[in-house]
Amino acid sequence: MDETHGQIEEMQSAIVLQRLTKLFGPTPSDVLPFVHQGLDKNKIFNEHGHVLALRDISLKIETGKVQIIMGLSGSGKSTLLRHINRLIEPSAGRILIRGRDVLSLDKQELRKFRQHQISMVFQRFALLPHRTIQDNVAFGLSAQKATSSAQRETANTWVHKVGLGGYENSFPAQLSGGMQQRVGLARALATGAECLLMDEPFSALDPLIRTEMQDLLLELQSELGKTIIFVTHDPDEAVRLGDNIAILKDGELIQHGAPMQILTSPKNDYIRTFIQDVNRGRVVSVGTIANGETKTCDGPDIVATTPLAEAARLLTNHPDVSARVVTEKGHPLGSVTLTSVVEAMAAR
Amino acid sequence: MPEWLLNFPAMTPDALRSVTRSIDAGYLSFSRAFGDAIESFFDPLLLLLIWFEQILLRTPWVIILMVLVLIAYGASRNLRLVAGVLIAFLLIGYFGMWENTMRTLAIILVCTVIALMIGIPTGIWMSRSDRVQAIITPVLDVMQTMPIFVYLIPVVMLLGLGKIPGMLAVVVYAIPPVIRLTNLGIRLVDKDVIEAADAFGAGTWQKLARVQLPLALPNIMAGINQTIMMALSMVVIASMIGVKGLGQPVLQAVTNQYFALGLFNGLAVVGLAIVFDRVSQSYGKRLQQHR
Ligand SMILES: Nc1ncnc2c1ncn2[C@@H]1O[C@H](COP(=O)(O)OP(=O)(O)O)[C@@H](O)[C@H]1O
Ligand SMILES: [Mg+2]
Repeated sequence: MDETHGQIEEMQSAIVLQRLTKLFGPTPSDVLPFVHQGLDKNKIFNEHGHVLALRDISLKIETGKVQIIMGLSGSGKSTLLRHINRLIEPSAGRILIRGRDVLSLDKQELRKFRQHQISMVFQRFALLPHRTIQDNVAFGLSAQKATSSAQRETANTWVHKVGLGGYENSFPAQLSGGMQQRVGLARALATGAECLLMDEPFSALDPLIRTEMQDLLLELQSELGKTIIFVTHDPDEAVRLGDNIAILKDGELIQHGAPMQILTSPKNDYIRTFIQDVNRGRVVSVGTIANGETKTCDGPDIVATTPLAEAARLLTNHPDVSARVVTEKGHPLGSVTLTSVVEAMAAR
Repeated sequence: MPEWLLNFPAMTPDALRSVTRSIDAGYLSFSRAFGDAIESFFDPLLLLLIWFEQILLRTPWVIILMVLVLIAYGASRNLRLVAGVLIAFLLIGYFGMWENTMRTLAIILVCTVIALMIGIPTGIWMSRSDRVQAIITPVLDVMQTMPIFVYLIPVVMLLGLGKIPGMLAVVVYAIPPVIRLTNLGIRLVDKDVIEAADAFGAGTWQKLARVQLPLALPNIMAGINQTIMMALSMVVIASMIGVKGLGQPVLQAVTNQYFALGLFNGLAVVGLAIVFDRVSQSYGKRLQQHR
């Protein structure tokens, strides 16, 4: 009973990582026992000459959702991401994608898997400088050996979908950074892969362009529902895009949960300092702070999923009243006041 | 001071003589046994060279000139360069060096093609394995630093005087740059782009043809350019073992102290070198216009 339940759960998760450990160095299998004994990262480096990039990571990534991997530089985000399409081989652990063991694939199967099931967007775009935008977007399709007319057609569709219509015959160097990453995104989406790996795709861009690209990604995602694993070191970006956030520190998974959960109950000080500057007004919903009785309320009803900033705006005309917080069906959950909303927005 | 500190304790002249003699004898018997077989192995190359030389010599000079001008224009799209090529060849013809220049042109082109056909794959092979690189690099070092005349000797012992040994010497001398720079160029290709090709499941050949070689092209072109230049400089020396062309009059001029003759033919070699260099470089640049 428990077993079947577990299997069903694994089928729902697009990607399951089980006890993934990665050591960089000449003889990782010799050093692995020390990792299991719990020797820390510095000791493993100083005494055994290996870099412990990931320690015992277990993570379930849901189908059709955006999974954020967040952490400081060097915390192992890129390494973790590259395990999923096996650009990096683990020292220990398992990787399951839709129930299939990725580590069991041979060379040929792995190539097919990368061509059709999973694609990737890179921090520094990684476009082919000598090929046109059209050809770059078609790169994955040509790896699939699609017919040239199919390549042209599909590439063309995606060039337009990312808003680059008219640039088909330009070269990457003629485009701005933001536009180049649109090409990177189109190239990844054009293969039709179910799953998208994104390694700090917007980190190299100006803040304004970054927001624009986030909007584009959210818009495309609402239509496509891909399983996206998105690496970032920017907590604002994480809560804006993520359905779930996993936070790494020195190769260890510290906390995993919905953005709201991480914002409202950070597991330790590391995470608390990490998220302290996040704009809560935009991501925390009013339902999480509703409390008390609802009979004496005289203000407007507010739906629980409303972000705090929006709730504050609704309440500015009613500074002294308490308002009922209700579910979408109108069931009362508790009450808030302008003061309690603003306090929550300013919380550290 | 003791004797052995003043004079290096070398082996006796007799012993040395017997060592060199036995090496020579060994090599001589090797070349007697296999010389003919090796020579016939290279026969197709000889035919190719002769065929190409005859084409260049029998075609009316006006047509050759037109073809050269068209190639220069096609490669560079630069009218000043084309004018330079035209003037260089007109002067060469006017000073009576047309035929020798055509002979030199033929051997340079054939040797360059051979060098590229061997050199580029070797460079690719080297770039794919650190072990292969570690083995080939010292071989290339020897090939480049060994005095040119030294490796004319075994070639002549093996194959005698003539076009084939000349070509062999030219190819061996000219091939290192294209091998080195193909290897280097591929190794320097942006790791991110390679990773992207891997992430999209590109196969080995696809990666090589669509990513590595095109991105390594500036370096490979530099290697090709150097290979041509070295082939050209070797052609003069190869005239010592019977390669016809601009080298022969130079050799004559040296032995007979004909200063003007040597100068004119030397200048013709310089002219060819500049033409090859500028045309191949501007072709390389044109390939890189997307940058
Ligand atoms: N190829 C490698 N060889 C040795 N150490 C590596 C290699 N790649 C990454 N590392 C180390 O692994 C750790 C995690 O790196 P990375 O995954 O790139 O972190 P992040 O993407 O979070 O910045 C770092 O300490 C880094 O130095
Ligand atoms: Mg990284």
